[in-house]
Amino acid sequence: MVVQMKGITKVYPNGIAANQNVDFSVRKGEIHALMGENGAGKSTLMKMLFGLEQPEEGEIIVGGETVALSSPTVAISKGVGMVHQHFMLVPSLTVAENIVLGMEPKKRGMFLDYGKAVAITEEYSQKYNLHVDPHAKVMDIPVGMKQKVEILKALVRGATILILDEPTAVLTTQETTELFKELIHFKETGHTIIFISHKLKEVKQITDRLTIMRGGKSVGVYNTADVSEQDISRLMVGRDVVLKVEKEKPVPTDVVLKVEDLSFTNDWSRKMLDGVSFTVRKGEILGVAGVEGNGQRELVELLFDMAKPDGGTIQVEGQPITGAGQSKIRGLGVSHIPEDRMLFGVAGTATIEENLISDRYWKPKFNKGPLFDMKAIHQDTQQLIGDYQILCKSGGQSVANLSGGNIQKVVVAREFSSDPKLIIADQPTRGIDVGATEFIRRKLVELSRAGTAVLLVSADLNEIIELSDSLIVFYGGEIVAYFEDTSTLTDEEMGEYMLGLKRQSDEEIRRVFHA
Amino acid sequence: MLDLLSRIVSTVFSVPFAFSILRITTPILFAALAAVVADRAGVTNIGLEGIMMISALTGVIFSAWTQSAWFGLLMAILLGVLVALMIGFFALQLKTDIILAGIAVNMLGGGGTIFFMYLASGDRGYSANLASKVMPTVHIPLLRDIPVLGEILSGHNLLTYLAFLCVLLVWILLYKTPLGLQLRAVGENSHAADSVGVSVNRVKYLALAVSGVLAGMGGAFMSMGYMSSFNTNMTAGRGFIALAAEAMGQGEPVGTMLTSLLFGFADALAANMQSLGLPAELVKMTPYVFTIAGLAIYAATKLGTHRRKKRKGQTTGGAAPEAS
Repeated sequence: MVVQMKGITKVYPNGIAANQNVDFSVRKGEIHALMGENGAGKSTLMKMLFGLEQPEEGEIIVGGETVALSSPTVAISKGVGMVHQHFMLVPSLTVAENIVLGMEPKKRGMFLDYGKAVAITEEYSQKYNLHVDPHAKVMDIPVGMKQKVEILKALVRGATILILDEPTAVLTTQETTELFKELIHFKETGHTIIFISHKLKEVKQITDRLTIMRGGKSVGVYNTADVSEQDISRLMVGRDVVLKVEKEKPVPTDVVLKVEDLSFTNDWSRKMLDGVSFTVRKGEILGVAGVEGNGQRELVELLFDMAKPDGGTIQVEGQPITGAGQSKIRGLGVSHIPEDRMLFGVAGTATIEENLISDRYWKPKFNKGPLFDMKAIHQDTQQLIGDYQILCKSGGQSVANLSGGNIQKVVVAREFSSDPKLIIADQPTRGIDVGATEFIRRKLVELSRAGTAVLLVSADLNEIIELSDSLIVFYGGEIVAYFEDTSTLTDEEMGEYMLGLKRQSDEEIRRVFHA
Repeated sequence: MLDLLSRIVSTVFSVPFAFSILRITTPILFAALAAVVADRAGVTNIGLEGIMMISALTGVIFSAWTQSAWFGLLMAILLGVLVALMIGFFALQLKTDIILAGIAVNMLGGGGTIFFMYLASGDRGYSANLASKVMPTVHIPLLRDIPVLGEILSGHNLLTYLAFLCVLLVWILLYKTPLGLQLRAVGENSHAADSVGVSVNRVKYLALAVSGVLAGMGGAFMSMGYMSSFNTNMTAGRGFIALAAEAMGQGEPVGTMLTSLLFGFADALAANMQSLGLPAELVKMTPYVFTIAGLAIYAATKLGTHRRKKRKGQTTGGAAPEAS
């Protein structure tokens, strides 16, 4: 065993236990996959192995000695190198400069020996078969080469244990093939590789063993050859508790939201949405499932005009909304529960009352001449605080002092009480307590049965299956499946679509588009 | 009107005018280079104005006390470094906003210098009572004998030559030394620098210290070269003009030298137009109008480049989502 992590527990200051008593070990010279959904705790575990975070409990043993990895510098000195998902490179510096940063070769005592830097780069580049142009500026090179620069940085610093955090997430198919060749070469030269991923095919293809994490715990260690893709998928997304939501059968009527052929490329030239078409009708809850990073976030941004699509149309009750601006979109009766409630949902330092009226303060009923009618505002907000069971001392309390669940209730109270025709609920119950979760879910069902169209985006499989009437699955920026009725759907089946193992025919997917 | 214009033109194309541009550019150039070093390390030193003011007074007091211009200069530089490091202490150690720390230094420089000058000389307006020294002027052999060119380039204060030499030195620091590489890395992506064991705070402190040295020399020039005494508020916004020059020069030493010369030109023009009988208040606006116009042009070009880059990014190499 070249790396052993025993009984690792990590609790973040906000109270989230990212790792609970995790055991993890890697043999010398193997390629070991660390798998799990987003939020399973993989990255946290690896950050501790690279010295970026320190565990509250547990022991880390590298190369037979117990180590205290207080910083990346210490981890590097123990032979641990990490290639981050978001590259740690300086764009305006050249490849060679990036590689020697922090260990610059000198000449005549004080000057940077750039020639030597280039020589070092070329030496390692040839030795490990990683072709890079030492003189090119990092901002001008393609993503695949940037990754090679990152790998070289680790190797030049003497890394024998390489952690690769979702290395293929940013690569094209050809670049991925090339990377795998390189990884096998490393293995042959005695390096150990930890490969963080949730892509089943890649893991099956390249790794020797794998560790699966779920909800901050290790679910098990397996020889890659002994488990099928279906097994892995089940272990990764398996549900611990099945949560039931009581609801009547939906009676969908008119189309409220119509998205047609929507495409979007992000600032890093990556196509995040590709030809997405679907509709949401009055009286139904349409779920959007998928592993995070497959286009769901971009979809929500486009629906709220926070980004511009490459092509395609979005209509609410027949009105195009791209480029319309938030206030017009809200004017059409669209409500939004944002994924990041502190950033987009509330103003933390403002009071509960102020947050509750932030979308309607301009209405005549709240104003008396140039001043607010405080009495009317108190009356309305007290009603909302009661209806939505927001636990607080008074409406004048600042929102930031509330618990996560109560903050979300403030958002929900405002968004649900504006008589919406369409609700876009993005991770509506993430990170909040069970009581608030149940309350919000019940309200969503209630509103949909009263005729509101609901688009529910959630990474929580429980929630998406139980709450949605029908659902679509996103993978690689496309809709890969449409399930008209979620009541017979199993986790296993969902998992296979979410992880890209299966894909429905275009005709089946097209059924979600009710023209 | 035509007469006035022709007089302005003949002034601008005269040898004394060209000479005065270099003289007037000197403090702006020092401060702008100070801004370059700090800014490239990601620490915006907005306190240049205050540092220059403090150094200008320090130079006067210590040169009067020791009767040595060199000792005055040394102390001016030392104070510059100390105040710059103080900004660093507030911003990096105590985590205050670096802009606010800089503003505090500027206010300290404005009020504190009057206080200490009063203590040292008994006068609140200017330091006439102090027998302070000035840095020597230098006549360059051979060059001084060349007509026109010699008259423009020779006979400046030593610090003027030093300022232009510093352009080269700052360039070498940034691009030819390990510290320069770390400095640029820290300024652009401190996480990247941190992840390879570069001490981000150490680099930022060093950058602020260098910026203090440069601003200190700029201040010393004001009271020991440009003039021979300290006056209340004598830097008159040069520390801010320097920030504009640095921004327009895109943080490059040579580019910043050119933009500093542009502001020097505007300043020299203002000084001369006054003697041509234009209203003083109007004329005094000139350098600041140049600053605003310059910053507007800079912002517009930067925005343009950014947009072009983004468009380019969208059309090239749109990596398709992998088909795995």
